[in-house]
Amino acid sequence: MAHFTKATSVKDWLNQRLAIEKVEKVLASEYWIPKNINFLWAMGMVLVVTFVFLLVSGLFLLMYYQANIETAFYSVNFTIMREVDFGWLWRHVHGVAASVVFLIMYIHMFTGIYYGSYKKGREMIWISGMLLFITFSAEAFSGYMLPWGQMSYWAGMVITNLFSGGSLHADGLVEWIRGDYVPAQAFLTRFFMLHVVLLPLAIIGLIGLHFAALRIPHVNNQDGEELDFEAESKKYLAGDKAGSKVMRFANDFMSKDMMVVGVYLIFFFYLVFYNYGFAMDPVNFDPADGLKTPTHIYPEWYFLWSYEILRPFSIDIGLIAFAFAQVIFIFLPFLDRSPNSVPANRRGLFKFWFWGMLVDMIILTSMGKLPPEGIFSTIGLIAALVFIAMWIVLPLITKNEKQVQGEIDEK
Amino acid sequence: MKNKEPIILAVVVFFTLVLYYLVEPYAHHVMHKQIASENFVYADLPAIEKQGDVARGAQLVMGVGACVGCHSINVVGLAPVMDAVTSAKGYGVNPPDLSNVGVIYDEKFLAHLIKNPIEALKVEHKYGGATGLTHPMMAFSGAGGDLDQELADMVAYLKSIAMKQEEVTPKIAFELACGRCHAVNYEKWTQIGTKPNFKDEKDALAFDIQTLEYADSLKGYLGIVPADLSMYIRSRGEHYISTFMENPQNYLKGTAMPRVGVSAESAEKVIEYLKDAGDTKRAQREEVGKSVMIYSIIFAIFALLWKKEVWKDLH
Ligand code: HEC
Ligand code: HEC
Ligand code: HEM
Repeated sequence: MAHFTKATSVKDWLNQRLAIEKVEKVLASEYWIPKNINFLWAMGMVLVVTFVFLLVSGLFLLMYYQANIETAFYSVNFTIMREVDFGWLWRHVHGVAASVVFLIMYIHMFTGIYYGSYKKGREMIWISGMLLFITFSAEAFSGYMLPWGQMSYWAGMVITNLFSGGSLHADGLVEWIRGDYVPAQAFLTRFFMLHVVLLPLAIIGLIGLHFAALRIPHVNNQDGEELDFEAESKKYLAGDKAGSKVMRFANDFMSKDMMVVGVYLIFFFYLVFYNYGFAMDPVNFDPADGLKTPTHIYPEWYFLWSYEILRPFSIDIGLIAFAFAQVIFIFLPFLDRSPNSVPANRRGLFKFWFWGMLVDMIILTSMGKLPPEGIFSTIGLIAALVFIAMWIVLPLITKNEKQVQGEIDEK
Repeated sequence: MKNKEPIILAVVVFFTLVLYYLVEPYAHHVMHKQIASENFVYADLPAIEKQGDVARGAQLVMGVGACVGCHSINVVGLAPVMDAVTSAKGYGVNPPDLSNVGVIYDEKFLAHLIKNPIEALKVEHKYGGATGLTHPMMAFSGAGGDLDQELADMVAYLKSIAMKQEEVTPKIAFELACGRCHAVNYEKWTQIGTKPNFKDEKDALAFDIQTLEYADSLKGYLGIVPADLSMYIRSRGEHYISTFMENPQNYLKGTAMPRVGVSAESAEKVIEYLKDAGDTKRAQREEVGKSVMIYSIIFAIFALLWKKEVWKDLH
């Protein structure tokens, strides 16, 4: 057994038992961050903050929500929105945060793609990030079922139908997922379970993995420069704070994180109080009615691009394209064959690939919401084909990429 | 090293706004009919040219006009002959009490309604002409004098007995204009009146059965039980509801909902009532919103100052 001495202070007492000083060093003061990074590297912290909002507001909603198809709509729209003090606030915070978290995740992902932060030892960061994305998607979808409005019901119907696998007619699988022939009580209860227990647990676990994956390779920087963290941190600790190329996570980078979080909160609360409509679809304020199909059925905005990859094709091909779109981002570290891990604008053809992918996904997103008619379905089809083609050519264009020097940035 | 943050921020904001524009305003523009408000002027109806005479109007309403055969006028002591449920069995719907119609409805509309309900209510696809069906509200074909003068007299009378514009509450406007067809559960409103807090469960159930019976009549009359409007302010929005009540046919060709004919002021009251039902906490939201915004700005300023302080030594 270890040797314990009489503690001289509370800190010392804890230190002997939990090594808090060491933990603090590993996680904060001697977790080294490159200096040449911009505010995009604060998106991770913004995501943490948004997740905390989701968690806390969700706990409050949970105190009044009723997972029952007869009373769910009422418990949300009457009890929580009207009766419970500040229930409306928690609901708006939860709804807006659920939407905004995807915006920030997309920014965070495209930051990673732009700066090549998924290579050279950072593969696990990327993969754990994509697992987070997928789990968040499931979390958002299951949460969307809970108010039991028209869109809950019909989006639930359409999405679970996908599991029949087109011509495979795996209707048994669909029924197994729903627990019934159509979305009904069993369906609502299991999505409730997923939304409030299983998926949040998975997300918390995955955030842990994501952070662990960051610790060894450290975060990338905006010049793709390979830093000697050992040497640079010695310099810092020796007192040459200005000369060192790295800084502490806390308080150095954290103060910048907080600055970005501050600006973000202004934006976030503006949405919560004055512009929440985009996050809370009007159609879902009609109670679920299995006999009345809404004129337009569409998922929330963050699923639209992959929905649009499904839509323009015949059902079987559409499902294959959809499955492809769901998983392909995970393989990015292996499909990008270039040795360079520098910003996209210095990487030849990849530069066009990056901006092309961004624009194509925005086009897919907007077409995914519009009714699939005339010009919109043509644009959607082309954009979907471009999406698939771009992933196929990615290994080819990156294989022949010229080696770029990390250091030569405009200084 | 050049500071690239402003340009990066501009790029992020640009793409975010493009995305927002495409999935919100633009998509709504494509998916939903855009119908502008006509400000409840009812331009298709002729203006009342004649000066109405209240005393003559009273005689007509009580007499030849036959209004009181179907409608009650509580303010002058003419209570309903039948309760709502029974009267709906006869007419399909309970004819509204006329005490305040003079202030809730547009006067041009009222005059035209008396003369030709089918046209005023825009239900030509259901009654009259080729359909061969008569509307449950009889048209008034005149008492022998100048028809326009008689209409003006009746409208003048109805206005004279109605409460003042300032006294009209959202609840009064809604109940008179929409309440005989639409329930608003979240405000305890049913088509036969506000549901009281019954002590005895038996009484509560008896009341529910009455509303169900009334709903059956509505279904027979309109082909559908009109929706509970509790959350419509969120599901349809203010603009839609307002332009819809102005002329339902603009949106749903052939719908059974009549043009209601409310004045612009009453329409605003109706909207306010629906906001009270479905967006009850809007005032609190404004108030709390302001404080939270101020707090967030202060937080951001302190965060900025802290960052400046910490980074002093890093450059
Ligand atoms: C034969 C019965 C009958 C007579 C007579 C009658 N009404 Fe009506 N009235 C109705 C019915 C039924 C309705 C409801 C129609 C509906 O909701 O579709 C109605 C509705 C109304 C409305 C509301 C219209 C709206 O836009 O919502 C007004 C105002 C009105 N009547 C006024 C009068 C006046 C004034 C007279 C006398 C000149 C009159 N009514 C005579 C049966 C009658
Ligand atoms: C005579 C009965 C009647 C009256 C009075 C009436 N409505 Fe309706 N309303 C209907 C019917 C019937 C429908 C169903 C329309 C359909 O689906 O074709 C309807 C539907 C609606 C809808 C839904 C439209 C949609 O897009 O689904 C709204 C909103 C509405 N009414 C608002 C009002 C308002 C506001 C008033 C009062 C100013 C009012 N109604 C008065 C019968 C009525
Ligand atoms: C709730 C979800 C997420 C949280 C809380 C989160 C959190 C973080 C944090 C705190 C960092 C370090 C700081 C930074 O670079 O921003 C980070 C880095 C990173 N994350 Fe995430 N992340 C999430 C989702 C994702 C997703 C969906 C992806 C995409 C696959 C992803 C990929 C990455 C990558 C590649 C890095 C490394 C960046 C670099 O090295 O420069 N993350 N994440």
